[in-house]
Amino acid sequence: MRIAVQEEEFDLGAEANAFAAGGTADGAIVTFTGVVRDLARGDLDVMEIEHYPGMTEKAIAKIADEAKARWSLGDVLVIHRHGRLAPGDKIMMVATAAPHRKDAFEAAEYLMDYLKSRAPFWKKEITSDGADWVAAKDEDEDALGRW
Amino acid sequence: MDVLYFAWVRERIGLPKERVETNAATVSDLVTELRAREPRYEAAFADLSALRVALDQELSDFDAPLSGVREVAFFPPMTGG
Repeated sequence: MRIAVQEEEFDLGAEANAFAAGGTADGAIVTFTGVVRDLARGDLDVMEIEHYPGMTEKAIAKIADEAKARWSLGDVLVIHRHGRLAPGDKIMMVATAAPHRKDAFEAAEYLMDYLKSRAPFWKKEITSDGADWVAAKDEDEDALGRW
Repeated sequence: MDVLYFAWVRERIGLPKERVETNAATVSDLVTELRAREPRYEAAFADLSALRVALDQELSDFDAPLSGVREVAFFPPMTGG
């Protein structure tokens, strides 16, 4: 299991390849990548991501441990960036490796649902008109109910 | 104890972290003390349903006791992913 909270970019291909080279017992690798989406008006200059150093790593490790307890997983990778990002930049990725695809897919969805509302990150959208903190969505909180 | 603020809570209060001497028994008691300090605290803590709290870097709630706690953090609901 690897958890990285970092400001710098990551190489999706290199990360996915390194993760997939992990072993021969896992027949399924799922990767998800989150990307900074522009606003509907097309005027997002910067997405600033704040986090809580110390708690962030612990919270992600707890979420990943829970996923490993619930599904048969060979390995888990979570990379989440913070700092100033631009539209199109990769924010984060998760990867799961499992003997079978159902575990890999479900665990990846679980990780994403929990990272959205239980890992201490806060997004701020900055345009030429000003800056707004992104509000948490009820549907993100509701999504946890299915687990 | 150390009290930390993140996102718009940090912006409203105007600092990321401060040392607070308190005998507050619970998080709610601490919030009451902070709100009484200055309007900027009152503004930040006006709606507790819009806030979350972590004690020693673990999510908690406003009824939780503070005994033995070294670090309290206040922040809005998280928006990661």
